[in-house]
Amino acid sequence: MMIDAVGSLLLFFIVVILSWPLGKYMSKVYKDDLSGDGLLTKAERKIFRLMKVNPSSTMNIRQYLLAFATVNMIWLLYGFGILLVQGQSLLNPAGNPSMEWTLALHSVISFITSTNQQHYSGETGATYLSQISVFTLLQFVSAAASLSVGVAVIRCLKRTGQQLGNFYVDFIRSCTRILFPLAILAATFFIFRGMPMTFNSPETVVSLQGDTSVVATGPVAAMIPIKELGSNGGGYFGTNNAHPFENPDSISFVIHYIIVLLLPMAFIFFIGYFLENRKFANMILGVMTLGLVLITIPIVWQETNGNPLVSKMGIDTSSGNMEGKEIRFGSYYTSFYSGENAVVPAGTITSMLDSYMPLSGIPMLIGMQVDGFFGGLGTGLINIFYYLIVAAFLGCQMIGRTPVLLGRKIGLPEMQLATGVAVLQLLVPLALTAIACFVINETPGGNATLGWLGNSGAHGFTTMFYEYVSATAGNGSGFEALGDNTAFWNLSTSIAMFSGRFVPIAGVLIIAFLLSKKKSAETSDGVLKTETATFGLFLFMVIILLNALSTLPVFALGPLQEYFQMSH
Amino acid sequence: MKENMLPAIKVTAVAIFLFSILYPLLLLGIAYFGPNNGKGKIIEYKGRKYYKSIGQSFTGNKYFWSRPSAVNYNANGSGGSNKGPSNKVYLAEIQARIDSFLVHNPGIDKSAIPVDLVTASGSGLDPHISVQAANVQVKRIARIRRFKESVLNKLIEKHTEKPLWGLFGPKKINVLELNIALDNL
Repeated sequence: MMIDAVGSLLLFFIVVILSWPLGKYMSKVYKDDLSGDGLLTKAERKIFRLMKVNPSSTMNIRQYLLAFATVNMIWLLYGFGILLVQGQSLLNPAGNPSMEWTLALHSVISFITSTNQQHYSGETGATYLSQISVFTLLQFVSAAASLSVGVAVIRCLKRTGQQLGNFYVDFIRSCTRILFPLAILAATFFIFRGMPMTFNSPETVVSLQGDTSVVATGPVAAMIPIKELGSNGGGYFGTNNAHPFENPDSISFVIHYIIVLLLPMAFIFFIGYFLENRKFANMILGVMTLGLVLITIPIVWQETNGNPLVSKMGIDTSSGNMEGKEIRFGSYYTSFYSGENAVVPAGTITSMLDSYMPLSGIPMLIGMQVDGFFGGLGTGLINIFYYLIVAAFLGCQMIGRTPVLLGRKIGLPEMQLATGVAVLQLLVPLALTAIACFVINETPGGNATLGWLGNSGAHGFTTMFYEYVSATAGNGSGFEALGDNTAFWNLSTSIAMFSGRFVPIAGVLIIAFLLSKKKSAETSDGVLKTETATFGLFLFMVIILLNALSTLPVFALGPLQEYFQMSH
Repeated sequence: MKENMLPAIKVTAVAIFLFSILYPLLLLGIAYFGPNNGKGKIIEYKGRKYYKSIGQSFTGNKYFWSRPSAVNYNANGSGGSNKGPSNKVYLAEIQARIDSFLVHNPGIDKSAIPVDLVTASGSGLDPHISVQAANVQVKRIARIRRFKESVLNKLIEKHTEKPLWGLFGPKKINVLELNIALDNL
């Protein structure tokens, strides 16, 4: 345990050390501060000329939102179209079929929203063509879009009168300067660990014992780096990072851990350099790290202790709860990784979360709901921004001042938008879970007819709630015993993913735009200081309060009930 | 809308070129220099090819057993059991696996059976077992293959993989490699 703790601390510090200079570099990229970056600059200029976009131009809020909506609509139509006809023979050596329309719609929404919830299995439900030209592509572009929005928000906070910038310019730069090179680098590491990168058809292997099995393969190493770097999380194979081809050994595990957290953390350093307010960024970094630690610890504690009902049978359970986990990572690092992916909505898994202990489910659900303890690339900042507004408002009320954030007065419209969006984010999964429960109850024969839940009772309830929270938060992991490839689940989670992505993004852009129009208030002694540890702690409390109040009753129905039943 | 359509289509075209054409081709080039030209690490034995990292089912008494798998080591449909920790069917299944293990391995105390040997992995393709899971099978294999137990113990020791830098993950054994070595004894 001691040695494991040292290893996990080391992993975390590697991420800090790598993301720091990366954040500095990002600040240069988005300030357009790079001089003499030969080849890339030339390529960029060509792209901008081709698109007839002036790289130093800027958009107003209406233009920005329209551009964002249009480009997403095009991605949706493009992906939807290909998934419907993927069953033809181009780059489809395994002969997998086309998708049914609700599944295709769910899959494409899932990937443009950077959620990557998958109701298909990569081995039999996708083709090489769709993996590369739909899923991998959408992982890149959705990540670049989130990053651009995040940058636009920060730009608005920089100076008064500063504008959002140009969506297309930020988008292209995110692709060429950040995601593309990092993905190539990570993929190279992965390929040399034995991850397949091939367009050959799957081979049939006869095992040593004489069993015959087809071994699914493909351009795996193209998809895996960006699924982590872009906080996407959709795996090439059905079992994501638990699959030996996606995660062959401990070295690949270490790389996975690093690149999931790398860009979300680098973004915080970026804020510090870009706003020239390192203290403010450090405060946010502190709050997020605290959240990550407090969410990871209970999961690790529960999983390494093992399942008491299995221990009762008299076997040796000292290696923890190993159901759904792989030997090469062990229960400690598997659950350590799950903690990271609950707070960062990559939501990749090295194990089957459905088989986790009930009390592990609570921190995972909280981590996803907050979605701002680091959170996704760009989207983490978006979520924490809502909490910042609420916390600054409450804090200023407490000391009897007009609410101010980073020198800008928070007015009524900003406050209404911020609370509205924050509440909606909590409400959507609750309402959808209620509807799902209602459908089960009203169907004659209930779950036996529908075949939704592989585990009954309290665990089954958690399964459904988890699915919707994960969809809304853009996380994409799930309790996989859910029979989720049905029209009901495909469409209802599509609604959750759609609102969970586009409502907060539109809201945050509007708030940031409104704030950017305001005059900077004078900083004096009486003003609430948002750079201090005190405010950080206060912000943390606000986050916990908002989320705990809304979901405590649900925990009582799901994971807590299962826990008490088990220990009874 | 119209003035947005054109740049949006253009930017998508640029992205398709970058990420669906240039990027995979570059990686194919890199993969050419990778292990087995980017087709996954291979073990060759008696004219047959096996993937090193894809686990195989071993259920015969003369081999070290691999872990139970929810998909029966079907490498074209990875999957875990996804059974919840309090699921009664699941708990009964574990009990049945323990009982079956004790029948096939007489003389082994129940408390020596490690949990990984009676639980299914996440991928259903776990290529490894724990060291203890190998040790607990030594008695059975020694009896059937008429080896001394010490020979098998040495074999296990030789095939035990240490944690990376002494830090990450438990000690483990690749079952396929161990069983090939066993056949070669």
